[in-house]
Amino acid sequence: MIALFIRDLRLAVRAGGGFGLGLAFFLIVVVLVPFGVGPDRAVLEPIAPGILWVAALLSCLLSLDRIFALDFEDGSLALLATSPLPLEGAVLAKTVAHWVTTGLPLTLAAPALGILLHMKPEAYGYLFASLLLGTPALSMIGTFGAALTVGLRRGGLLLSLLVLPLYVPTLIFGAEAVRRGAEAMAVQTPFVMLAGITAGAFALLPIAAAAALRVNLR
Amino acid sequence: MLRVDNLTCARGGRPVLSNVSFDVPDGQALILRGANGIGKTTLLRTLAGLQPALSGDIQVDEEDTAYASHADGIKAQLTVAENLAFWADIYGTDVPETVYTDFDLADLRERFAGTLSAGQKRRLGLGRLGVIKRKVLFLDEPTVSLDRFSVKLFANFIQNRHLANGGIAVIATHIDLGLTARELDLEPYRAAIDDLGSSDEAFL
Repeated sequence: MIALFIRDLRLAVRAGGGFGLGLAFFLIVVVLVPFGVGPDRAVLEPIAPGILWVAALLSCLLSLDRIFALDFEDGSLALLATSPLPLEGAVLAKTVAHWVTTGLPLTLAAPALGILLHMKPEAYGYLFASLLLGTPALSMIGTFGAALTVGLRRGGLLLSLLVLPLYVPTLIFGAEAVRRGAEAMAVQTPFVMLAGITAGAFALLPIAAAAALRVNLR
Repeated sequence: MLRVDNLTCARGGRPVLSNVSFDVPDGQALILRGANGIGKTTLLRTLAGLQPALSGDIQVDEEDTAYASHADGIKAQLTVAENLAFWADIYGTDVPETVYTDFDLADLRERFAGTLSAGQKRRLGLGRLGVIKRKVLFLDEPTVSLDRFSVKLFANFIQNRHLANGGIAVIATHIDLGLTARELDLEPYRAAIDDLGSSDEAFL
């Protein structure tokens, strides 16, 4: 599992791996918002948590179809499926690698981008914490979607349609946690829900994704 | 020992081979012959456990098997040594020096796999077999895009490193590998068109 994780990280940072693309996309979306709605603090301040969360979600989506598609095309997925590594373990290793290359950089960059949206200073800590807790779920749900659509031509679009509705709970509780934090309200409930979603996704979806891969490899 | 009893395997829900039976004792290879489309790949994928058999029985320890497909499963952005090391890690083995000599990869060790020619990539893909140290190999057209010299290297590896150590190999190929191995022509096992025809095809 660690070998696969390290290989995926290595592939991501080498030429053509796509590392940083999600982060650059995140940056551009967030920069575009003030152009669209105007630089007025009264407008931007309340929508900042929501914008940052939606942007994080979209940039996470960007690299999902690469998780299995490349391995499927060059045959390594079939070889992995016949290797001693259980497919569930392979799914988990790939999820964690995806999170380290997209979710984690987004989490680290988001507070800096909050400045562009006039986010309240009190909210930075909550934004960081909610993304740290929520983005692993985005990677896990996305990996499951990628496993379902692997092998389909133009599967990327179908993948977005499948995965985005599944992202709704994470988005609701993630953005809510930041909003409540900014208003100095109790944040326990949204954080507990967010943690619950992430834990549930990691408990169930590796098994579901591995089953989907087995069917798609036939 | 690999034993296959009355195996029927299907592709896309349609049976292609029916009632295939053979056994391969330790230290021997079996060469699968047959026209394009007869089901050599389907049979090998079924044996490797990638798809279920419609009926029949395969007796082999699954922990001992390995599969090599048409595709090499190598990563262009990794070097030759990194590609081999990855598979060694997955299988919990290490990369023996002999792999580099057996497949003539010594000079390519630090090259990125993306810069290799088709034949060199194939040699790297086959080199994986020397790394993972599995007893039962299912090989699907292993010599595609290999020159005559490399075919000889591959045949030597199978004969001297694999079979000589009690390994088993089932190889689908169209050329003469120069191995002393039994050949199995799949033509007699071709499934009849309406054989076990599944219900959804009746209406198509």
